Amino acid sequence: MNQMKIESLQPRLRLFIPLVLFTLIAVFLFRALSLNPASIPSAMIGRSLPEFELPVLENERLTNNADLIGRSILINVWATWCAACVIEHPFLMRLADSGIPIYGVNYKDQVVGARKWLSDYGDPYVTNIIDQHGKLGFDLGVYGAPETFFVDANGIIQYRHVGIINEDIWTSKLARLYSGLEEGVK
Amino acid sequence: MRDYIAAWKKELSDLIRFFCVLFVLAMMLPISTLAVVETYQFSDPALELRYRKLSAELRCPKCQNQNIAESNAPISKDLRRILYEQLEAGSSDREILGYMSLRYGEFVRYRPVFSRETALLWMAPIAFLFFGLGFLWFVVKRGVRNAGDETDLPAVSGDLEAFFTKDNSKS
Repeated sequence: MNQMKIESLQPRLRLFIPLVLFTLIAVFLFRALSLNPASIPSAMIGRSLPEFELPVLENERLTNNADLIGRSILINVWATWCAACVIEHPFLMRLADSGIPIYGVNYKDQVVGARKWLSDYGDPYVTNIIDQHGKLGFDLGVYGAPETFFVDANGIIQYRHVGIINEDIWTSKLARLYSGLEEGVK
Repeated sequence: MRDYIAAWKKELSDLIRFFCVLFVLAMMLPISTLAVVETYQFSDPALELRYRKLSAELRCPKCQNQNIAESNAPISKDLRRILYEQLEAGSSDREILGYMSLRYGEFVRYRPVFSRETALLWMAPIAFLFFGLGFLWFVVKRGVRNAGDETDLPAVSGDLEAFFTKDNSKS
């Protein structure tokens, strides 16, 4: 009697298999909807700044990675050919005014044009490193501009932001990450 | 006249069919995107072979699904140059791939190393294979059982015959 009950129940349960499969696939695909395939996690998080020795834009004197260590900084990769950098620029000016040290990496650019750009639009950078051939950019894992690296006082890269920094993203996310840089070091 | 029209219709339909087949065949042709402009002079033909292999295996970080051999994004051009320099400097494939993924992560490799993050990626085809084989086994086994059921139909026994004849005689 009992045996018969189970046997008659099984085919009914089997009817639910398509539904279960559908639900699994739907959940899997729905999750993928909110993923951004363009955001690649940086391989540099938690690692020291790459070693470099490059001239600065202002006077072509050499600077190196050790010069950047000692305080929480932003390293902004930009270029005059980068259209989005122009849009980002005014907000960088405001960040600089509020006392946040921003170092520029002038990525695969022309020195004369870059100097003119800064004198035309204003200069939010503490100093600018000339990365004419993109070697520093490569070592940082840069694949486009603008990109901004959040580096703590020990010279460890803690975060990388790809794309424009504007007020929205700064207040909602990046400001917290920046103040987090200090806490991490303490 | 009618014959002429019929012959013409047939010819037209043959022509349409021919172009349909041609179209389908054309769709099957691989679309080769040869975007690469720069050429490198290699000191050794073996290096050039490795260059081709590695540039097809390295993924452009900027583009979604192109290798650096096919992409003309500036970053791909840079990566190709670095690949060339590394090859000429005598680095091994493993060293070069490590050098790239150190900076751009496992993302740049179309064949990422096996790790906890990539385990699903590597194991999924094998899992699907076993799932498929299991399903096949299940279906075949059920088919055999059903076929067996058909031959095992209850034979009409003498008693039953007797029962029916008895029943018939009654009515």
